[in-house]
Amino acid sequence: MNMIALLAVKEIREGLRNRWVIASTALLATLALTLTFLGSAPTGNVGADALDVIVVSLASLTIFIVPLIALLISHDAIVGEIERGTMTLLLSYPIRRWQVLLGKFLGHLAILAFATLIGYGVAAAALAATGKSIGGASWFAFATMTATSVLLGAVFVAIGYLVSALSRDHGTASGVAIGIWLLFVLIYDMALLGLLVADQGRFVTPGMLDPLLLLNPTDAYRLLNLMGTAEISSASGMSGTIQNAALGSFSLVAALAAWTAMPMAAAAFIFSRREL
Amino acid sequence: MIRNVQLNSVAKHFGRVKALDDVSFEVGEGETVALVGHNGAGKTTLIKLMLGLSRPTSGSVAVLGQDPSAGNPAVRRRLGYLPENVSFNPVLTGREMLRFYVGLKSESRRSVDGLLDRVGLTHAADRRIGTYSKGMRQRLGLAQALIGTPRVLLLDEPTTGLDPELRQQFYRIVREMRDAGTTIILSSHALNELEGNATRVIILNEGKKIADGSLEELRRIARLPTVIRMRAADGGVQRIRDWMGNRPDLRQVNGHTIELDASPEGKVAFLRRAAGAEAPFDDVDMVPPGLDELYAHFLGGRPSA
Repeated sequence: MNMIALLAVKEIREGLRNRWVIASTALLATLALTLTFLGSAPTGNVGADALDVIVVSLASLTIFIVPLIALLISHDAIVGEIERGTMTLLLSYPIRRWQVLLGKFLGHLAILAFATLIGYGVAAAALAATGKSIGGASWFAFATMTATSVLLGAVFVAIGYLVSALSRDHGTASGVAIGIWLLFVLIYDMALLGLLVADQGRFVTPGMLDPLLLLNPTDAYRLLNLMGTAEISSASGMSGTIQNAALGSFSLVAALAAWTAMPMAAAAFIFSRREL
Repeated sequence: MIRNVQLNSVAKHFGRVKALDDVSFEVGEGETVALVGHNGAGKTTLIKLMLGLSRPTSGSVAVLGQDPSAGNPAVRRRLGYLPENVSFNPVLTGREMLRFYVGLKSESRRSVDGLLDRVGLTHAADRRIGTYSKGMRQRLGLAQALIGTPRVLLLDEPTTGLDPELRQQFYRIVREMRDAGTTIILSSHALNELEGNATRVIILNEGKKIADGSLEELRRIARLPTVIRMRAADGGVQRIRDWMGNRPDLRQVNGHTIELDASPEGKVAFLRRAAGAEAPFDDVDMVPPGLDELYAHFLGGRPSA
């Protein structure tokens, strides 16, 4: 346990020195603040709580940005250290490979959690400072959105490690990571939409839609946040999909947890068999 | 003698490439063994097997009595390793890096200062590693290898890129460790710097062990000639030939220089004659057999004699 903590702390320290922490926090804070003030302008005050609008905006932002940041910090974690020769030295120490992976994971997750908490927290604080009334349910939705954003980050950190454990060199890992980001963030939903439109409900029944949505972690995240409250789901325009989807919060969180655990386990298995 | 490292007909294949083929040796406490060979001879592969970072295709490896790939933490704590071209994260300071490694070996944080002092890095301890010279990085690499007084030290090309003064310092530390009973296995290209530092030399070529013994033993077994190079003034070369009795093995290098391969006894006989006043050359050089000649010999064909 001590070994894992040592590695996590080293990873965080490197993140601070490399300015990964400050860069990702600044990026998220800037985008969140922009969405908060520009995004709420067109809606004005139309029933929906101001924070609910922001939860919807930030959830959409998370889907694009958080997986990208997570893949950027994780895709190099194994193959990069192998290429630079630092991994052979590390593994000559009394530490197991799964401990190396878990230590890095905790470090990277801490960096991501810090960036998300501060970045989004600044936006919420700024909104509260403008004096708008915000209900308790909205705060809850905001807290859920922030926490699940970190969880979505964990999913893509784990996927990044799997890519890193499989790749022969750093260049391949970067290419595959970008491909995975495009697949889950853009292509999958477009393909699914195309399928539904073309199919006209003949083969793809509403019951089949649920597993198809769980197959993409960003969709699980989207459902989890955009159906949060009745107000949010009406503001997000997702009510149609959500009524058809029978997935509860619990199964969605479980899906995200599984999307973290499975790539981690696969990465640990492949890494443990890899010869250096 | 306690055998800290044992290799028993170890082979390692990468696809069709036989990186190591039937290599066996044992290294005891307080021995310094040099693994010598050209690039690709299998030195690094051998060290990685001893570290347990890869497994042999056949045969067995034991370090401190255990299979290193089992990763027993108690064994790893007593093992020091310096990789070839050691690298560290450039954004951390030397002290931070060393603290991290000390923590991994569950040693006291207080040992960091002593280690930094031992390799002469105290003045740069709080600077980022990115600002270090190659020699400083190598010294930091040695410092981490010395954590916890290891019983086995594996040093891969430890002196490449070090200037002569640092090499001296480096070998002084190696001798101190050896005298304290540590088993040291180091790989090297340069045979000349091993003189007096390595108790044994193992020559590897294309994954096979082709020689194993002290440097003196290897030289004696090889019976390699020393090249004697004589220089004369204009027209003096013919006088040297006459003086040498027109031996057929004299080689003309250019108009002023002539060469001769001499066995150890031949060399002594030559020196006795050359001390006389009638020796007809202006200058003489003696070139002892180098690493290349030793390789060539142990590969089966004598070089040029």
